[in-house]
Amino acid sequence: MRQVAVVSFAQSRSVRRETDLNEVEMLMPVVQEAVARSGLQKREIGFTVSGSSDYLAGGPFSFVGALDAVGAWPPIVESHVEMDGAFALYEAWVKLQTGEADSALVYAFGKSSLGDVAEIVTLQLDPYYVAPLWPDAVSLAALQARAFLEASGKTERDLAAVAVRSRRDARKNPMAQLSGERSVEDVLAEPYLVAPLRRHDCPPISDGAAAIVLAADDVARRVCRRPAWIGGIDHRMEPHALGLRDLARSRSTAEAGERAGVGRAAVDLAELHAPFTHQELILRDALRLDDHVPVNPSGGALAANPLMVAGLIRIGEAARRIMDGDAKRAVAHATSGPCLQQNLVCVLEGGR
Amino acid sequence: MANVKSIETPLSLEYTHTAGRAPTRFLHGMAQGRILGQRCPECRKVYVPPRGSCPRCGVATDEEVEVTGKGTVTTFCIVRIPSDALSVDPPFTCAHVLLDGADIPFFALIQECPFDQVRMGMRVEAVWVPPAERKPTFESIRYFRPTGEPDVVVRREGGE
Amino acid sequence: MSQRCAVVGIGQTKHDTMRVDVSLNGLVREAVDRAMADADVGWRDIDAIVVGKAPDMFEGTMMPELYLADALAAGGKPVLRVHTAGSVGGSTGIVAASLIKAGVHERVLVVTYEKQSEGNAMWALTVRMPFQQAIVAGAGGYFAPLIRAYIARSGAPADTGIRVALKDRQNGLRNPHSHLAFPDISYEMIADSPMLWDPIRYLETCPSSDGACAVVLASETAARRSPGPAAWIHATAMRSEPTMFAGRDDVNPRAGRDCAAELYRRAGITDPRRDLDCAEVYVPFSWYEPMWMENLGFAPEGQGWRMTQDGVTALDGDFPVNASGGVLSSNPIGASGLIRFAEAALQVRGKAGAYQVDGARKAMGHAYGGGSQFFAMWIVGSEKP
Repeated sequence: MRQVAVVSFAQSRSVRRETDLNEVEMLMPVVQEAVARSGLQKREIGFTVSGSSDYLAGGPFSFVGALDAVGAWPPIVESHVEMDGAFALYEAWVKLQTGEADSALVYAFGKSSLGDVAEIVTLQLDPYYVAPLWPDAVSLAALQARAFLEASGKTERDLAAVAVRSRRDARKNPMAQLSGERSVEDVLAEPYLVAPLRRHDCPPISDGAAAIVLAADDVARRVCRRPAWIGGIDHRMEPHALGLRDLARSRSTAEAGERAGVGRAAVDLAELHAPFTHQELILRDALRLDDHVPVNPSGGALAANPLMVAGLIRIGEAARRIMDGDAKRAVAHATSGPCLQQNLVCVLEGGR
Repeated sequence: MANVKSIETPLSLEYTHTAGRAPTRFLHGMAQGRILGQRCPECRKVYVPPRGSCPRCGVATDEEVEVTGKGTVTTFCIVRIPSDALSVDPPFTCAHVLLDGADIPFFALIQECPFDQVRMGMRVEAVWVPPAERKPTFESIRYFRPTGEPDVVVRREGGE
Repeated sequence: MSQRCAVVGIGQTKHDTMRVDVSLNGLVREAVDRAMADADVGWRDIDAIVVGKAPDMFEGTMMPELYLADALAAGGKPVLRVHTAGSVGGSTGIVAASLIKAGVHERVLVVTYEKQSEGNAMWALTVRMPFQQAIVAGAGGYFAPLIRAYIARSGAPADTGIRVALKDRQNGLRNPHSHLAFPDISYEMIADSPMLWDPIRYLETCPSSDGACAVVLASETAARRSPGPAAWIHATAMRSEPTMFAGRDDVNPRAGRDCAAELYRRAGITDPRRDLDCAEVYVPFSWYEPMWMENLGFAPEGQGWRMTQDGVTALDGDFPVNASGGVLSSNPIGASGLIRFAEAALQVRGKAGAYQVDGARKAMGHAYGGGSQFFAMWIVGSEKP
């Protein structure tokens, strides 16, 4: 296996509603920044791949226009997944492993503000038996939260603690959308949104974009002082029908984590893609992270949740701390589908 | 006993779209009877309608350029099949029109010209809706019609 | 660094206007079951799944790999879903092949499909997006002006499109999976069919189909377990260029030419016409055959139409193109690209039945999408590369 590293990361500041810029205008400065910071010339980059969703954009082939942000001339080797950019990053990692490219640009973008995002993702569900009932994303998450609380013995207070910590930490993140200091008592005093979840247990609705540049072997060493090496990366799917899964655990995260080698050495921090508070606790368990491992120093998806981008941002945030020399080993996670159906785990390491 | 073979589940989603900075400038221009484009700072080509970026160079475009409503048909087809997505009923001529001063053609409806007389190289001009009716939409230009000027030779794009 | 990769199983559905006899899962499984039976593998033998399909709006199901997980026994497996517009079937095959070439997996199931009857495909293809013009309806409205430009550039005889359509539709009659089958197809029938977007006629146009295509790819070691002959992947290539930019040649796009050039280089091919035995090329409107012949370097620029007119691309010609009947016969959009790739593989495996090209040992599969801007291609051979 080739050694592949993250050599740069850029993102836009997540906002509730970007009304001035369209997706291309929002994405372009992010792509330019990632390329500029990578130390590579744009024409040197061997592969480009992105993640985005037509249903989020409200139109078919929505990724095509985004290519304008990249300057695909002369023609480039380029691909796209209709998934979170974290999975596009996986495709790029594989491409570099084939030896057909030595570097890759990965980007993701999405405006969750255009439609009713909780309704839109209902269309991910079984179109014959479940989607016609329109269970929205928050209700499904609440179902999972209930299952988790009862199985684990954790409480709503524990969930509130995740929310409070995340938004407090987000104050140090200029790219976060929601941040602030509130007490656990304060947030618990609020009414339920969909029991047992309150507003604070849920992610914000965000518009945003992010980009990462990957490089392999000596190319990474040449352009980056401290590349964030991908020590392991894996992703696994779970059954779709909610009744077929144990919603209180994330088996696929546990398996992906094992295969990515999370437990091989100490973890300095983890960026977990948990749009709902209870999901952070489920994921922590699945990855067997000790209580002392800081989770989501960026504030996580509870502070900024641009759909199709939030998973890629987790990888970027984890990588950034390694590139800055603030951490030696980090775990990043991304999820897709209702109630953590599909999960990707990436281990990032400094100092090779 | 009857088997259920299918169900119809109507679904409806509402989206509020954002035009973006450059398209907004263009559409406001439409309302004023002006055709606005942008010039790329690197390759110096003029894009109409403008997109805020040059797709070839991958850089932001900012410099505004106004072009007249005169141009040349570079290619075309006659649409004969109807569609809900069309704002015009067929049959009609859909052409690529390269406006004078612009460097990419844009799609335009050609009228006041019999189908068998539409040709590549034909000179055309914009026919606008009356000023009071102009809005920030493409439909402020009703269509393009022949000017009667002599045809020009259509330069083949080399893609270099 | 790069492992060898082989096609060891291929499955397709009977493509049709509306496959109301099956659900989404059922449609996909029809192709998958056939591919896995062909490869003689079970669910446990599949390490990863790559799904490809065109816009989700065609079926009204967002990110359908999530829903298909149960039907595809995907629990515990890695799943990716590729979407590169019309070329998606091809790029999905390439992404899957990468997993094996990279040594990440031993056996990958590739699944592509479209079940347009479940949504409203015409609407989905031409949604009236605000802030954009609404005079280009459907793919035909977009490509017709480009075809007209090709005819002007090349001086091609006006009936070239008719001759391509006749050939592909006659070929399609030999393919049991074909959606369209006109037993009494003739030159006159095509010439007399209604003009849709002048110069494209109805019978020169692809259908909109429900259908699926699945392929099992294996590493060299894993391929030994499958009984049938393997089709070895000799090379893959992908290229993209922007939809519109000043100076773009959208009739003979550079992305296609560059993609083909890289493909031939990787496959060690210097004279594609001579070194390849046949090709499955993405021709959704008949005039695209001569256009792609030139773009792919099978004919000099401006001369592609001669290959059609001279019968070179016919089933019994010197260089058969679309022996399967092509996209003109079946077009489940998400699958069409992989069908081209799979049909090329069928040829070199000697399993193309009534439309087998005699002695085909090396063939090309080609897919394109968007505004002639996304290209995905592969070359497969009966021998290991």
